[in-house]
Amino acid sequence: MSNTAELLKGAAELFPDEVVTTAHVRHLDLPQGAGRFALITLDNGLDHTKPTTLGPQSLVNLDKAIDQVEAEAARGEITGVGVTGKPFIFAVGADLKGVEVVKRREDALAIGKGGHDVFKRLSSLAVPTFAYYNGASMGGGVEVGLHCSYRTVSRAIPAFSLPEVFLGLVPGWGGCTLLPNLVGADRAVSVIIENSLNQNKQLRGEQVFELGIADAIFDGADFLEQSLIWTASVLRGELEVERPDVDRGEAWDQAVARGRSIADSKVHGAAPAAYRALDIIAAARNGDLRQGFDAEDRALADLIMGDELRSGLYAFNLVNKRAKRPAGAPDKKLARPVTKVGVVGAGLMASQLALLFARRLEVPVVLTDIDQERVDKGVGYVHEEIDKLLLKGRVGQDKANRLKALVTGSLDKAAAFGDADFVIEAVFEEMGVKQQVFAEVEAVVPEHAILATNTSSLSVTEMASKLEHPERVVGFHFFNPVAVLPLLEIVRAERTDDASLATAFAVAKSLKKTAVLVKDAPAFVVNRILTRFLGEVLRSIDEGTPVEVADRALAPLGLPMSPIVLLELVGPAVAHHVAGTLNAAFPDRFAVSENLGRIVKAGKRGLYVYDSGKPELDPEVAALFETGDTVLTEEQVRERALNAIAGEIRLMLDEGVVAEAHDIDLCLITGAGWPFHLGGITPYLDREGVSERVAGKRFLEPGVASIPN
Amino acid sequence: MPRTARDVVFVDGVRTPFGKAGPKGIYHETRADDLVVKCIRELLRRNPDLPPERIDEVAIAATTQIGDQGLTLGRTAGILAGLPTTVPGYSIDRMCAGAMTAVTTTSGSIAFGAYDVVVAGGVEHMGRHPMGEGVDPNPRFVSEKLVDQSALFMGMTAENLHDRYPHITKQRADEYSVRSQEKAAKAYADGRIQADLVPISVRRSDESVGETGWGLATADEPMRPGTTLEQLAGLKTPFRAHGRVTAGNAAGLNDGATASLLAAEDVARELGLPVKMRLVSYAFAGVEPEVMGVGPIPSTEKALAKAGLSIGDIGLFEINEAFAVQVLALLDHYGIADDDPRVNQYGGAIAFGHPLASSGVRLMTQLARQFEEQPHVRYGLTTMCVGFGMGGTVIWENPHWEGK
Repeated sequence: MSNTAELLKGAAELFPDEVVTTAHVRHLDLPQGAGRFALITLDNGLDHTKPTTLGPQSLVNLDKAIDQVEAEAARGEITGVGVTGKPFIFAVGADLKGVEVVKRREDALAIGKGGHDVFKRLSSLAVPTFAYYNGASMGGGVEVGLHCSYRTVSRAIPAFSLPEVFLGLVPGWGGCTLLPNLVGADRAVSVIIENSLNQNKQLRGEQVFELGIADAIFDGADFLEQSLIWTASVLRGELEVERPDVDRGEAWDQAVARGRSIADSKVHGAAPAAYRALDIIAAARNGDLRQGFDAEDRALADLIMGDELRSGLYAFNLVNKRAKRPAGAPDKKLARPVTKVGVVGAGLMASQLALLFARRLEVPVVLTDIDQERVDKGVGYVHEEIDKLLLKGRVGQDKANRLKALVTGSLDKAAAFGDADFVIEAVFEEMGVKQQVFAEVEAVVPEHAILATNTSSLSVTEMASKLEHPERVVGFHFFNPVAVLPLLEIVRAERTDDASLATAFAVAKSLKKTAVLVKDAPAFVVNRILTRFLGEVLRSIDEGTPVEVADRALAPLGLPMSPIVLLELVGPAVAHHVAGTLNAAFPDRFAVSENLGRIVKAGKRGLYVYDSGKPELDPEVAALFETGDTVLTEEQVRERALNAIAGEIRLMLDEGVVAEAHDIDLCLITGAGWPFHLGGITPYLDREGVSERVAGKRFLEPGVASIPN
Repeated sequence: MPRTARDVVFVDGVRTPFGKAGPKGIYHETRADDLVVKCIRELLRRNPDLPPERIDEVAIAATTQIGDQGLTLGRTAGILAGLPTTVPGYSIDRMCAGAMTAVTTTSGSIAFGAYDVVVAGGVEHMGRHPMGEGVDPNPRFVSEKLVDQSALFMGMTAENLHDRYPHITKQRADEYSVRSQEKAAKAYADGRIQADLVPISVRRSDESVGETGWGLATADEPMRPGTTLEQLAGLKTPFRAHGRVTAGNAAGLNDGATASLLAAEDVARELGLPVKMRLVSYAFAGVEPEVMGVGPIPSTEKALAKAGLSIGDIGLFEINEAFAVQVLALLDHYGIADDDPRVNQYGGAIAFGHPLASSGVRLMTQLARQFEEQPHVRYGLTTMCVGFGMGGTVIWENPHWEGK
């Protein structure tokens, strides 16, 4: 048995649940008399909804297939070897479940080395090798092709990427080394770093060709046929494949520097994967593949044994799996159809909601407000936004006409909501106002209609308490900007019934939102955590820590923005209001910053001025501040903030605000943009020891978002 | 409104390699519509001077128009092939003469002035759609003795034809079939067939049938080069005990598709498209369904009469070989020898296969090749028998004809 086989056998034993991919070898006669050809098809035997992956046993199968074609090539029985995939899928890379089970560095090293050892054989056969990217290609799938002599790509491919850095890995089966040597460092940085850190952006077939990753592109309808005809021309020498020279001069360094600045702006140095990938790309300049592959092996092993990757995989599973089956949601069969939506209020939030409902549900949406002017303004906003979508080509003229016709306004609630199945209010955040709105709405809607509130901090139970049918009320808390942030906190009030809740979840799914079930507790999940943590930062400032110091305190976490920038985004007035609500509920933990009160009173929208190009404390704000003389270091502020977050999450879990810590993390990732490498936040708090320190125990079992024991 | 009929030309024709129907066949896991789509795309690739939006119609024939052969195949295949949405399409059925009827019907419309350029072709995936799938013959056929029950089974009609022409013996049919295989093998060796084949990617999941994964079909699967009389003599006669019709002297059950481009001659010249054949006349005729194989005789008589030609004017024949007996019946009628070199020079359906509604265009594509090679020939004809007692004949003029 070869070393590779032994290596992979060990890995396969660790991962008995692998969905194994077969590497079929089939022979065919190429057109134009170009000879006998061996075509390897990667196929896991399932349909296109279960994409082909490359776990250790799958690699063993590919290794065996290469054994066969290598011998045939050596004997002169074939003129070339091709690799392609099952319909719609080429291969989507390593099976991540196989990475999660790894406990020892040597096993992690084996994953990288095993892949290299198999793939690199494709570049050293006695005949040329061809990859035909026929469908979705990611990670290790892309890398199989990079080891081949030539590549073609289907114009119909919707998804092609090296997403490793997005998850917390590097393209470690040749990607970091081969791609820059094929298309130059700058394009490699775009694919490996920029796209990955840009919400895992995928390339389409056309772009794969334009980037020079593929040598030829063909339509989906007869992609394999045309690829094989092209192969015949190449093998017969009728067609010479020309690739532009790679610039190994200064451009290489500039590309790597560009990659670093992208990584800095996205993860702020807090997650290692992008930087490890950039180091390998930088070193690949000398064209030494062997050295590059070894560096990839080491990087993979280090990252697989690192907490950031484990958090990244945990976060990936939350977003891709848990988000699709919300914990605690009732049987979806109970959901009632929603064929018309009412929106109370016609302000900015209400208008954004109307647009979202119209686009996703494609049912009539009626806005109401207290006077015609407001109603017209709200409907006008929606129509303008639809026109913008039309201009950008996001919708066609017919669809734009349809959407505009769906969104109307009315002053007469009875006429507007008489046949509505779902009415959401987005009026002023005041209990009395909201209760009155619901009472008016209940008087006119059909008996089955759901009443939803977009409140961010008021009690949904109290809001429903005066109604005849409080069981139909749910909280439906969106995050701003509504069109961008995926999270929707669905609040079950005390009397909410299962049918109403099921309908709310069904609507959320149609809206393409990530719905998380939360208890009717003050500020629910995201706002409660953010307010608590901002409160601690502001308290440090109030007590005397300079703003810049306090604001830098969380930088090592790599959050999407600093606390003060977050405060400015939320708006000091809103933040102050939510802090007030939480202070009323939990006065011992949530303070109301007097300095923040002064800023709000002075009508300031922010704390910083950006005149010099970077944020500096606004002198007018500085003049408003009254601070103490306790000056903390960044570390002290950070410890205080993290302790507060951990403590608050522990309390929320004990109160049953959500089912599990997983849901807290899912909320923070999808509602606040907190990063994958923190796994939301609880994996980070666990691994930094904050959870134990503050609450005496971890949030997650060892092995969840961490290396199993 | 005064009108002038326009000359119609055959611009180009292609086909898939033909496969054997059934689980072992190359196309067992391939959709019928995909076969047509790939033919249409090949026509466009081979004729880059044709702006796709100039195509006025896509007429695609299939006998069993359900499943992947249903849904108005001409239209759906056009969309799947990437033709502009402005190009319409429809489906045609005249059983075995489907593609031939697609050609004649659209040609009539071109001559009339309704179309400038059309795609006409056909498909039959007899593995996915066995003969007789979903049929529901009116009981009056039998109760009123409108047709004999054997009329529904093509093999039985071939036996009936042997009854009608006792001088066409099994021996003659077998000899003819051996020659068909020989000629087809030679045509392959000479590279006459491959140029008009569209390679088709084929997938196989069942390892009991052969290597699995993706492969490529580049040649006709049913071919049996080297077939001998002795081998044929030993075959069973499945349609009648001690009968004459065997798997060896008939076409098999096959999968495949064809497509052709037709145009008004002036439009072809304007666009710089090749002119491979010029349509002279066509005719269809009905005969007793029990002896459907005799159909080409009256249809050829009609087509010759309409063209003002006699059989002696025809220099090349492409006769569909559904059954050897049916070809021999036509040859006997005109006193043409069984091995006349003008007949089926490349062999025929006994060797290549006969995916029912697709075959008409195969005959034309092959005749077009022969015209090119033989400029001394002025006229040729394509003819075939059709289920339920019909025949179809199309007479073509060779544009390469050198004149007298």
